[in-house]
Amino acid sequence: MAKKESRLGVILAHAPNVSAIDEGLKSELSKKGVVVTTLNHLYNWGRSSSIWPMQFGLACCAIEMIATACARYDMARFGAELFRASPRQSDLMIVAGTVTKKMAPQVVRLYNQMPEPKYCITMGACAIAGGPFIDGYNVLRGIDRYIPVDVHLPGCPPRPEALLHGLMQLQKKIESQEIEKTAWYQKGLKREYPVPEFGPRGLIPKFNPEVWQPRAKDNRKERYGEPILIGKKIKAPDLDAETLRRASGGPAK
Amino acid sequence: MRTEEIRDHLQSLDSSLRLRIVLESLLVENPEDLARAVRALKSSPRLKIDFLSSVTAADYLDFLETVYHFYSVELRIGPVVLRARTRRDDPKIPSLCGLFRSAELQEREAYDMFGIRFEGHPDLRRLFMWDNFEGWPLRKDYVQEDSDVLESQDLAWLEKNSIHVSQELKTRALDLQARGLRADAQRPAAEGPANSGAP
Repeated sequence: MAKKESRLGVILAHAPNVSAIDEGLKSELSKKGVVVTTLNHLYNWGRSSSIWPMQFGLACCAIEMIATACARYDMARFGAELFRASPRQSDLMIVAGTVTKKMAPQVVRLYNQMPEPKYCITMGACAIAGGPFIDGYNVLRGIDRYIPVDVHLPGCPPRPEALLHGLMQLQKKIESQEIEKTAWYQKGLKREYPVPEFGPRGLIPKFNPEVWQPRAKDNRKERYGEPILIGKKIKAPDLDAETLRRASGGPAK
Repeated sequence: MRTEEIRDHLQSLDSSLRLRIVLESLLVENPEDLARAVRALKSSPRLKIDFLSSVTAADYLDFLETVYHFYSVELRIGPVVLRARTRRDDPKIPSLCGLFRSAELQEREAYDMFGIRFEGHPDLRRLFMWDNFEGWPLRKDYVQEDSDVLESQDLAWLEKNSIHVSQELKTRALDLQARGLRADAQRPAAEGPANSGAP
């Protein structure tokens, strides 16, 4: 090792190696049986090619997820065939289906129990934002209110091809991460998301502001006009009049 | 068997039953008679009702109604549909648990969603919603929370878990609390509470 005072020493101590490998050279070398790579690439290649999803489904999207894992669509081609029954052994949580308010605390708890690095795909309209049940009293308007989501996968339900696409998007994301900057190697990492509690009218809190915040503008309102009014007083059907009408063979209303 | 025939048959078995035909079903005019009507269905040799497939409820704004679907598996008769109506402000219906065990779970569901108290039910508590949930969510006048607006209890919980809340969200929650309001989902403007009269 050269002395610190010498010119070479200064360069070695302060200049990080940022030179990219020439792709042509890399290809030429590989023909001779020499592999040139970076630790980053190797690390991400290993992780993205063996994603172990957690084996759980919440509704009909889970059926599509099962189809994706089966022979016809064969998720194993992407290295994600090993569905683990324990969160302790999985890297990826596919939230496949409607997350009811009663189920939400358990989903958050499962996510907390997964070891780092961990990822989350929300599969289908319900898991993203509540889907057709968005105005219901019982369905959570998107699991991204409580946990961070890496890939949102729209559809009702998304086809297996869409799930494969989502998985590939996640692989892209994994491959873009840098080992020196990844959150799970940093000191003082706080990645435990508090589990919501049952309150008298819904979950407490309604969302975790560190993860999700309501939009300033309601896109739904803009697109569809006034949102569906909840508790709207409708006219109850008059069953007796309808019975009489049917008995007399009168015209339909 | 047609609905009229079933009505006449039941009334021949128990002449004090008051039954009215509503669509394809029989309305038991006095809910107190419900258990007797079902006992007649069960004991009738012509019907031999042995299966209660569904207990459900509906909110007709002026009253609450429970609907029962009966079948005879042995004679392949059914569905025989019974209805019973009850006041909206104090809904009470006799339980059918003693006659059909299958009523137990479904009556709990109707209690959970509509708040109908089934008298004589051995274990009447909420089924789908959690125990400290308030209100009856499938009633037409149920007002649900606005899930995009934080309230004071959310702030307290977030503070306990040391989660940062922006000043804007905080101000809105404290403002609601100061005015003694809850964050309700949007409702039409001019609307009184639904009626709570007798059926």
